[in-house]
Amino acid sequence: MKVPLSRVAHTRSGDKGDIANIGVIAWQPQYYPILLREVTPERVKAFFGEMVRGEVDRFELPNLAALNLLLHHALGGGGTVSLRTDAQGKTLGAALLGMEIEVYEREFTD
Amino acid sequence: MRSNPRPPTPSPQPRPLRIANGQGFWGDWLEAPVRLVDGGEIDYLTLDYLAEVTMSILQKQRQMDPELGYARDFPPLIGRIAGRIRERGIKVVANAGGVNPVACARAVLKAAPGLKVAVVSGDDILQRIPELLDKGYELRNIDTGEPLASIRDRILSANAYIGAFPLAEALATGADVVISGRCADAALVLAPMIDRFGWGPEDYDKLAAGIVAGHIIECGAQCSGGNCQVDWQNIPDLANIGYPIVEAEPDGSFVVTKHPGTGGRIDTHGVKEQLLYEIGDPRAYLTPDCVADFTSLHLEDAGPDRVHGCGVRGGPRPAMLKASISYHAGWKASGTLVYSWPQALEKARAADRITRQRLDQLGLRFDEIYTEYFGVNACHGPAARPRPDDADPPEVQVRISVRGPDKRAADRFTREMIPLVLTGPPGGTGYGEGRPEVRQIVAYWPALIPREEIETRVEVVE
Repeated sequence: MKVPLSRVAHTRSGDKGDIANIGVIAWQPQYYPILLREVTPERVKAFFGEMVRGEVDRFELPNLAALNLLLHHALGGGGTVSLRTDAQGKTLGAALLGMEIEVYEREFTD
Repeated sequence: MRSNPRPPTPSPQPRPLRIANGQGFWGDWLEAPVRLVDGGEIDYLTLDYLAEVTMSILQKQRQMDPELGYARDFPPLIGRIAGRIRERGIKVVANAGGVNPVACARAVLKAAPGLKVAVVSGDDILQRIPELLDKGYELRNIDTGEPLASIRDRILSANAYIGAFPLAEALATGADVVISGRCADAALVLAPMIDRFGWGPEDYDKLAAGIVAGHIIECGAQCSGGNCQVDWQNIPDLANIGYPIVEAEPDGSFVVTKHPGTGGRIDTHGVKEQLLYEIGDPRAYLTPDCVADFTSLHLEDAGPDRVHGCGVRGGPRPAMLKASISYHAGWKASGTLVYSWPQALEKARAADRITRQRLDQLGLRFDEIYTEYFGVNACHGPAARPRPDDADPPEVQVRISVRGPDKRAADRFTREMIPLVLTGPPGGTGYGEGRPEVRQIVAYWPALIPREEIETRVEVVE
């Protein structure tokens, strides 16, 4: 079934220059494999469309059941150069909560 | 018989070392450090004042007045808490010195006479840029690869990030207050551990643990319930949010907590959010003192508002230090107008089209013109929900921004917004704040510099 990412994870985002980072944290350790399968760099890049001009890198933190996403050239130049209201990418993590992912019902049983 | 030389035994701890952070950036909640000092036991109070853009502002202030160039909130704060920190033996570690730590120390002594203040300097390399370039260092931009020479005549500030060891050296003088300029944020928290536990430069795992603990609390309340998505409606009493405290043990394990009776919440989910905040590769978090592996950390809830961390692995410090250079990169301005229902978005889009046409007809050229629609897609762009055209919202605010090398062009743009109210689509309002301001763009140039070029100094200012 299709659910928004918010069903299995929460996020926090910020900036490093023109790179936005989004930490994606599974609500339960058993949801971590869902993140690994569903939250791929390709899908994240497609989700943000023209907003992300560079590549998306993904790093895995199995100890925290979490992923760190780096969205390159995603902040309109970043820092003080960017003309965006959210030049620091503070709200991009919240945006990602709306990304639709595919999960199986059995994955929700503890 | 000669006894074997041994490192000094750290004095026995009746309880873990308690290190608090009361300021996550310059402009953070003014009450936080006072409440940390008054609200319970702490041994060290750390305060992080310096963002990348702050350094250039401070350089400008120093150019206008040689006694300025530091975080001006800091001396009055110390004045406010001086009695209490003296009485309890609390040490303060802050990067409030900006580009003029000695002047900052003098201001602190004026606000709180009798305190012992130590200053760490050596991070400011603005005056040394010509020498460093002559030596053959290109100081290439880490992100773009460009050599610094391409912006040489536009540099406003230049600082190397220093680590925790010089800060610990300053604490070892017995100072009540340690003031530095640019340092790695987490180093403020690691320094007291080095000072108290006697950790050395090769205690990689312990140093890395201190860095992880420091990273967790360096943004203040962002790990204790602030800006936290987890059941945010039920986070208690954010109005009285407690700022974080690390209880550190000599083996590198730690607990993140806050004073009893304060608002906010500390649990593993919130701490994880902060751990991942503004990091790159979690396996190699680079600092001047070590490389920390965030994937080795084990976290668990250890009672109400207590999170225990252990298991952190680290590696040797990098050969290069990061330098943060700021430079003039043009001018920018943003103007807003509000359009109301019906067809609010359509009207706002029309205002944008008309403005762009007028700017074009005036022959004004910009590097970028960027338009956002608040209430529609300003934050999330193409990822915004619901889709902009699905709804007819009660109102939409349009924000048009320009940037470019020509200040006059940006200034001319600021005169184009308000006339739209009488010359554009119907129902424009929200121009009460008047003509927008033109602001200088101070851009940030991250580079690497060999460690041996940076010599830190510790001095006690009386």
